[in-house]
Amino acid sequence: MDDFYRELIIDRYKNPQMRGELDPHDYSYEDDNPLCGDEIRIDLRVDDDSRITEAAFTGKGCAISLASADLLVESIVGKTLDEIKTLSKDDIIEMLGIELGPVRLKCALLSLKVLKAGVYGLDELEEELMI
Amino acid sequence: MDLSFESTTLDIPAIRRDFPILERETAPGVQLVYLDNAATSQKPVQVIESMDFYYRQMNANIHRGIHCLAEEATVAYEDARKKIASFIGAESWRQIVFTRNTTESLNLLAYSWGRANLKAGDRILLTEMEHHSNIVPWQMLASEVGVTLDFVTLTDQGKLDQESYATLLEREPKLVSFTQMSNMLGTITPVAEMTEQAHRAGAVVIIDAAQSVPHMPVDVQELGVDFMVFSAHKMLGPTGIGILYGRKELLQEMPPFLGGGDMIKRVQLGGFTMNDLPYKFEAGTPAIAEGIGFGEAVDYLANLGMEAVHQYEQALTAYALERLEEVPGIQVYGPEAEDKGGVLSFIYDDIHTHDVAHILDSFGIAIRAGHHCAQPAHQHFDIDATSRASFYIYNVKEEVDQLIEGLYKVKEIFG
Ligand SMILES: Cc1ncc(COP(=O)(O)O)c(C=O)c1O
Repeated sequence: MDDFYRELIIDRYKNPQMRGELDPHDYSYEDDNPLCGDEIRIDLRVDDDSRITEAAFTGKGCAISLASADLLVESIVGKTLDEIKTLSKDDIIEMLGIELGPVRLKCALLSLKVLKAGVYGLDELEEELMI
Repeated sequence: MDLSFESTTLDIPAIRRDFPILERETAPGVQLVYLDNAATSQKPVQVIESMDFYYRQMNANIHRGIHCLAEEATVAYEDARKKIASFIGAESWRQIVFTRNTTESLNLLAYSWGRANLKAGDRILLTEMEHHSNIVPWQMLASEVGVTLDFVTLTDQGKLDQESYATLLEREPKLVSFTQMSNMLGTITPVAEMTEQAHRAGAVVIIDAAQSVPHMPVDVQELGVDFMVFSAHKMLGPTGIGILYGRKELLQEMPPFLGGGDMIKRVQLGGFTMNDLPYKFEAGTPAIAEGIGFGEAVDYLANLGMEAVHQYEQALTAYALERLEEVPGIQVYGPEAEDKGGVLSFIYDDIHTHDVAHILDSFGIAIRAGHHCAQPAHQHFDIDATSRASFYIYNVKEEVDQLIEGLYKVKEIFG
């Protein structure tokens, strides 16, 4: 069962490192997963080179969705908005380190959807992030 | 109702042997504990084999053929309809319309009966515990025709508030549509009494029996209802086939739903003559194998006896409720065991239902997480989602114990 919920996930769920709001911020976006009601909001500050200097998230959800938000938000500090564009499902799965069925995958991808929609708009989203 | 296991007349080990899927493992050494029966039931070999036999030995289109196969298939399919009619106490097989599922039956009613009988300003009375399939078709009709929807509220125990019902009946709804068993709370509603009240107020009554017909004796004539709808897949039968039962006069007056083959007697370029009941509502080639499998499922349940099915499941539910109440942090929604079917929805401290279901799944235990297509009922109790365990005739006490053990493990991980 520990295969299912690696310690990292439970730890990030219980002790998130990146939880919070940024006020003021350059980008802020919030969305939910209508299937289960999970909600994630991500705030970003970027510098003149479009590099993310600070990032934070708030929200409610299951261990998978909140741990992946925490890990994702942590990983993007220092990246440029262009680099955000290249993040994919596989990056999230690699960060979590577990295999997920299609339903739980939606939980895991909610934060990436919020991040990309916030930066590039919903219209630009890839098919795999249409939750 | 006798809530003890000892008084069951069912041979549960024999029943379990009829369900091959119960032997499977979900991971090496992890045997399936299937507690998601309110979503869909498992199927006994008798049902699986009847469908297999149809495809191997009988496969043909029905009603039109003259040849041997077509005749055998037609008889088998129509026999199933007759079995279903007798299972729910209908006067005639002509009152049994095959649809795809409960949802399609309700949409058929909204489309056909609703459009013919309702006009702007009319009211429809529903309840807060309805499945989305008994809400959305009426919301669609409301925005199209301009009818108004009212909702009977719930008591703290999760029963229908009968005062609210009486008050809303005073608004003289044309239609009252409600469930006989809630798929979230398990609540069994007093259908006979409520139907009589509705009729006195001049309303037509639809009963959503998707959760009740599979688990307890239901007799449409005793209950006095006008329409009843349910799905085969929740009562040991296949997916893709469901029932609309209706009073003959009402079905006769209703315009058809889909047009095409089978629903007509004859067609000319200038128009068509409608077929007799129930075929008027059955356009196109139906789900033949599924119909035959459904007939087999009804035989299986009728052989066990629905009183016995209900008694055993209530014993299981009473036991499960008692055990769940031992677990710190669990809150179960819905009434006491006496007044509910085998559906237990609960929250577990602030542990997300996905996490509960995911951890239980790693022990092979299948439960449901989410709003179970009953968002308004969840909203009533001010919650987003619940975890739901639901039982059927093949579930046993030991599986309830495994569920409880699993829940303690969830607490260890998230505690
Ligand atoms: C009370 C109730 N009504 C309606 C439905 C819809 O049934 P189906 O999905 O078979 O149309 C369900 C099934 O989830 C149900 O539990």
